[in-house]
Amino acid sequence: MYDLNKILVGLAIFLLFFTFPILYGMGSAVPVPKPKLDTPEIQKLIDKKCVEDTHFMKTSHMQFLNYWRDKAVRDDQRVYNSKLNGKKYDISLQNTCMKCHSNKKEFCDSCHTYASVKPYCWDCHIEPKAAKESM
Amino acid sequence: MKASRREFLKLAGVSALFGLGANAAFELLTPGALEASSEVAHGTAHGEAAEGVHAATRWAMVIDVRKCILQEDCNDCVLACNATHNIPTVGNPKEEIKWIWKDTFEHLFPDQHSQYVDEGLKGKTFPVMCNHCEHPPCVRVCPTKATFKRPDGIVMMDMHRCIGCRFCMAACPYGARSFNWRDPRKYFEGKEAMLNPEQPTRTKGVVEKCTFCPERLAKGLEPACVEACKKRKSDCLIFGNLNDPESEVRKILRKRTSIRRKPELGTQPSVFFLV
Repeated sequence: MYDLNKILVGLAIFLLFFTFPILYGMGSAVPVPKPKLDTPEIQKLIDKKCVEDTHFMKTSHMQFLNYWRDKAVRDDQRVYNSKLNGKKYDISLQNTCMKCHSNKKEFCDSCHTYASVKPYCWDCHIEPKAAKESM
Repeated sequence: MKASRREFLKLAGVSALFGLGANAAFELLTPGALEASSEVAHGTAHGEAAEGVHAATRWAMVIDVRKCILQEDCNDCVLACNATHNIPTVGNPKEEIKWIWKDTFEHLFPDQHSQYVDEGLKGKTFPVMCNHCEHPPCVRVCPTKATFKRPDGIVMMDMHRCIGCRFCMAACPYGARSFNWRDPRKYFEGKEAMLNPEQPTRTKGVVEKCTFCPERLAKGLEPACVEACKKRKSDCLIFGNLNDPESEVRKILRKRTSIRRKPELGTQPSVFFLV
């Protein structure tokens, strides 16, 4: 084979360059985020439950928020009957979700930053004041 | 079986004749049914209620121009709306955002401009907002159904779907829509305390307009502008259900002469002006 050494050196450089992001981050694994739930509003709750069960909210809150959005904006149905406890909730991101989860930075952002997703909710919706002040 | 060219042409001719005659046959057997069904499909496709179906509610606004022009310096309705819906004060009139605003009779009713305008009306301003038309041209042109007509007559905006094409702005004959040329949050920098935390702002590149405050209506409240006007005890803005013969709006419309903006366009506005 011609120029075996040159090719091997080239390959090595290429591999190093290509795997650099993985090698660079090795050993410094970011811990899996744990969204904080201790806000004054949640502390006040006797039955510390979200509008639906935790597993569902963890896995499907994005679809659920879209569902809420369409219900309120397009169908003008602004009350949600929880399947979890039969309670009625106002369908509103700013006035229901964020009233309890007033710690956007430790709640929403902790996972979203980890997963590198950038939801555009906050382009329009106003985040709770407490979170803003601590920023 | 092998069809000859002659056989094929014969069959094609007969099929074509049948095809052309089918529509006529439908008309003959069930007059009007075919057109009606396509019209319903068309209507719902544009988010409009099918003709003839009478909704229980059609929200409407009546503006008592006579009373309003007496309150020359009052801007309460506009300020209340701006504060409720986080509408920024832009400054540049080319980029301004307005849901409800005040203008003169000559500007708002160019078609009714008499040679001798009532001295009392001349130069006086009164509020005007989205007409929430029965046949909204903005809804017809919206390519994403971001703007749509609700069964209660409100022409609603779904900001999540707006792509900022501004077709609706071109279609609206009343100039009731505003485009966000810049991020509206920019105008609240340093004035975050002015933001209403219960309502969102908008983002760059979407169109906005008056929505008759559906979030307040759902709670049984009147729109923010009406509330502000009532608080001042001027009672220039009357809000109510047009489909209820005993509602306040219908009562006052029976008593007083009202006009609407550009009625000749056939949009059937839900905003009436008492003159």
